[in-house]
Amino acid sequence: MSKFKKKSKASQDIPTSALPDIIFMLLFFFMVTTVMREQDILVEQKIPQATQLTKLQKKSLVSVINIGPPKDASRWGTESRIQLNDAIADVDDIVLWVNERKDELDEVERDQITINLKVDKDAKMGIVTDVQEELKEANALKIMYNTIQDTDS
Amino acid sequence: MARSRNRGSQEVNAGSMADIAFLLLIFFLVTTTIASDKGLLITLPPKPDPNEPPPDIKMNERNIFKILANTQDQLMVEDEPMEDISQLRPMVKEFVLNYGKDPKSSDSPKDAIISFKANRGTSYELFTKVLDELFAAYNEMYAQRAGVTVEQWRNIDRKDPVQKAWYDKARKDFPKNISIAQPSKGGN
Repeated sequence: MSKFKKKSKASQDIPTSALPDIIFMLLFFFMVTTVMREQDILVEQKIPQATQLTKLQKKSLVSVINIGPPKDASRWGTESRIQLNDAIADVDDIVLWVNERKDELDEVERDQITINLKVDKDAKMGIVTDVQEELKEANALKIMYNTIQDTDS
Repeated sequence: MARSRNRGSQEVNAGSMADIAFLLLIFFLVTTTIASDKGLLITLPPKPDPNEPPPDIKMNERNIFKILANTQDQLMVEDEPMEDISQLRPMVKEFVLNYGKDPKSSDSPKDAIISFKANRGTSYELFTKVLDELFAAYNEMYAQRAGVTVEQWRNIDRKDPVQKAWYDKARKDFPKNISIAQPSKGGN
């Protein structure tokens, strides 16, 4: 019996006074890592999967072009369209857009601008090629076909 | 006067701090999207100068490995239709590593060119699949040359001198010649 009494002397509460600190730490982690999306995506996107991916190192050099069928089909139709910044654009606008992007970079880094093409997997190659031709015109030659890591293989 | 002041607690109630922090934490957890800046990286050829005539390149037919894709997402590899895309990888490897043995295949890895031509109506999904297979074939060959596993090759860090040595060893006289041709405009 005396054994039982000894045990009950020890405090059975888990100290929770440090809990807010732990939670705050997690909170700060997520606050710092969160990137608020600065633009709405106006096109539907199901990104294709692939296995041989490369990760981009310098984020500042990357500009994104979204391609896919517009979400607002009553206004833009169902054919795949190009989204630059936060508006649906035409193929002809790409050169101007790339030059605007390049102006934001340092002079030495302008040639290294990387265009991240986020394309819906059901889109046709025609529109992708049109975009590539315009990118050649704008001398933005590094492009990346955005894909998701295929986890099956 | 002083007594009545002392009656009220002078500490801020910190008991609900954890709850507030939890609430904010859950908000950020839900809104966070881990950025997915991953994909298949390629470099486009520069635009040809209109003042100069296109260079007259004489390529030996045997050094070009032709892949065509049509609007029905069917593949034509070296003039033969291909049903199963997984056959592509061994074929590419065999072609590149021929070293002149088979007269129909490439002279050397240096000369070998993989030409991939899609149609305007080909789906982007098939395009990325084929490109992925080509990258996989080359990555496997590079890994073998460097004497490392494919996984190590893909995560290679070129800033590390040891890994840089692997990289140089594998890439020497072994370029990744993947040409993405302009799609044909035809309907089929």
